[in-house]
Amino acid sequence: MDDQLRLDASFVDYALVAAYFAVVLLIGVAARRRVSDSLDFFLSGRSLPAWVTGLAFVSANLGAVEIVGMSANGAQYGMATMHYFWIGAVPAMLFLGIVMMPFYYGSKVRSVPEFMRRRFGTGAHLVNAISFAVAQVLIAGINLYLLATIVNALLGWPLWVSLIVAAVVVLSYITLGGLSAAIYNEVLQFFVIVAALLPLTLIGLHRVGGVGGLVDKVTASGGEEQLSSWPATELSGFENPVWSAVGIVFGLGFVLSFGYWTTNFVEVQRAMATNSMSAARSTPVIGAFPKMFIPFIVVIPGLIATVLVPEVIEAKANADADFDYNNAILLLIRDVLPNGLLGVALAGLLAAFMAGMAANISAFNTVFSYDLWQQYVKKDRPDGYYLAVGRWATVGATVAAIGTALIASGYTNLMDYLQTLFGFFNAPLFATFILGMFWKRMTPTAGWAGLVAGTSAAIVVFVLVETGVLDLPGQGGAFVAAGAAFVVDIVVSVVVSRVTTPKPVKELAGLVYSETPREVRTDPDAHRLPWYRSPVPLAGIALAMVIVLNVIFR
Amino acid sequence: MSKRQQQKQQKAGAFDVRNVIAELLGLYGVVLVVVGLVDDSADAMAKTGGVNANLWAGIGLIVVAVAFALWSRLRPTVVPTSTGDDSGPEA
Repeated sequence: MDDQLRLDASFVDYALVAAYFAVVLLIGVAARRRVSDSLDFFLSGRSLPAWVTGLAFVSANLGAVEIVGMSANGAQYGMATMHYFWIGAVPAMLFLGIVMMPFYYGSKVRSVPEFMRRRFGTGAHLVNAISFAVAQVLIAGINLYLLATIVNALLGWPLWVSLIVAAVVVLSYITLGGLSAAIYNEVLQFFVIVAALLPLTLIGLHRVGGVGGLVDKVTASGGEEQLSSWPATELSGFENPVWSAVGIVFGLGFVLSFGYWTTNFVEVQRAMATNSMSAARSTPVIGAFPKMFIPFIVVIPGLIATVLVPEVIEAKANADADFDYNNAILLLIRDVLPNGLLGVALAGLLAAFMAGMAANISAFNTVFSYDLWQQYVKKDRPDGYYLAVGRWATVGATVAAIGTALIASGYTNLMDYLQTLFGFFNAPLFATFILGMFWKRMTPTAGWAGLVAGTSAAIVVFVLVETGVLDLPGQGGAFVAAGAAFVVDIVVSVVVSRVTTPKPVKELAGLVYSETPREVRTDPDAHRLPWYRSPVPLAGIALAMVIVLNVIFR
Repeated sequence: MSKRQQQKQQKAGAFDVRNVIAELLGLYGVVLVVVGLVDDSADAMAKTGGVNANLWAGIGLIVVAVAFALWSRLRPTVVPTSTGDDSGPEA
């Protein structure tokens, strides 16, 4: 009985939530005083320090889907869920910082699609900008819907009231303060989330008798394989453990995650808001450190719920296919957190859901203003004009997100499919970017042709899996689809490049490795930085740590 | 790390995100400590397995808040009033 899920929030809990909202709005107002031109609004005037953008980088991704979804996976698949963080995020984040960021930041583009336009021209740019903009509105709507359903479930507010209240709060702080306000809130949200989930995990562990007690109880309930992260056959859907490991490393670790983390402007935008090349490169690298420890306060609570929360124990024991594991973390919060901490947890969850939506919308308004409006509709207007367009785009996107949230409330499965489909745009994007950055011969025609072919390949595989022609349960279908998209994109791009004319070499400065002078892709002041602020040594440490984590928790 | 610049500068002060973090977490910490001291009902204790979770979490939050406030006090962010590209000494 999911609809019985209610938290007994008291006055103190509501007050803590209200305090959070007040601070969020104050940040918006404070940021507004400093927003003077469009670069300020869209890229925070390129002035933020790396630790701020690094935390924002992680927080932008730590939304509803992440917290609820990953703890649900933790309850369902156990420790294998760690792969989404250690294999499926950290390596790609390091790669973005070390290899790709010099081109994004050094070429002074304002968005990822703008890089696409300068490297490949209009065709690839339109494909990228439009698909990105549409996807963002849609995903913002899904975030908003999840937010509203949880407010509805926990506090009993009607769905439409929750929808509108949440949308208005997000709208007001972004239109007021732009990206600075979004980033500041993401940093703040990060700490509130940790303040909520860390006690949840510790108290949960205490209740089940510590780590030893958790291991014993999970083993006793017959879930022994949930305690090891490899080879994750249940997660990947491949029965053969070797293929499962290969699928995880290449499908999730390489194609899916590199595609997502290195080309998704929601993420990259945070790094572009920094004050130097070194800070931009450090942003995802610094973000990698919290990222590798987040699963301990997200996945472990899911696992604890399987031995502590009666509903989840029962669903596990009966192998109940209808049970909604998305409720696992909420049920644990209900059973474990007393009033007071409950308020912190509510504030943290609401913050996370709003931050996810705010990140989508602030990325959307940049792409809409710079890449679509300025490029194809009204060129050469004064800067203030595009600032106004950006603010109106925010309003429009929020209204549209309420619309998609309402659609999502009626057709949950449809939204799942669409989200999966948009995920497919990422894998070919990564192939096109990486080829375009390192191969100067790649032509503009190959740019868009590769994207279209790669995306189509992913959709074909997806349809084959859905209709049962290919038999791949679990996440295996998504891994194979992403892999096919990547390979097809590369092949088509190479073949098309051979028969079409490339851009003149001199237009590729700053965009292609061999044509970019060393000064443009490196930071002149880099040698003066201490090691803890240099991206490459930091990335080395992060990589070593993630390998150690994999060995410890294999 | 560059020498202190001579041109007009101002401290970020209240706008420094570290101060915002310190204020919010500090407020949460104080509220939780008070709740922890006042409300040690059997109901709350049953949920946490006998630990006064509000009290301990509150103390933890206050410690973190003080650390952020100190960091911001000791290494203030300096914002050049003219558009510059060095945002000041921060790690």
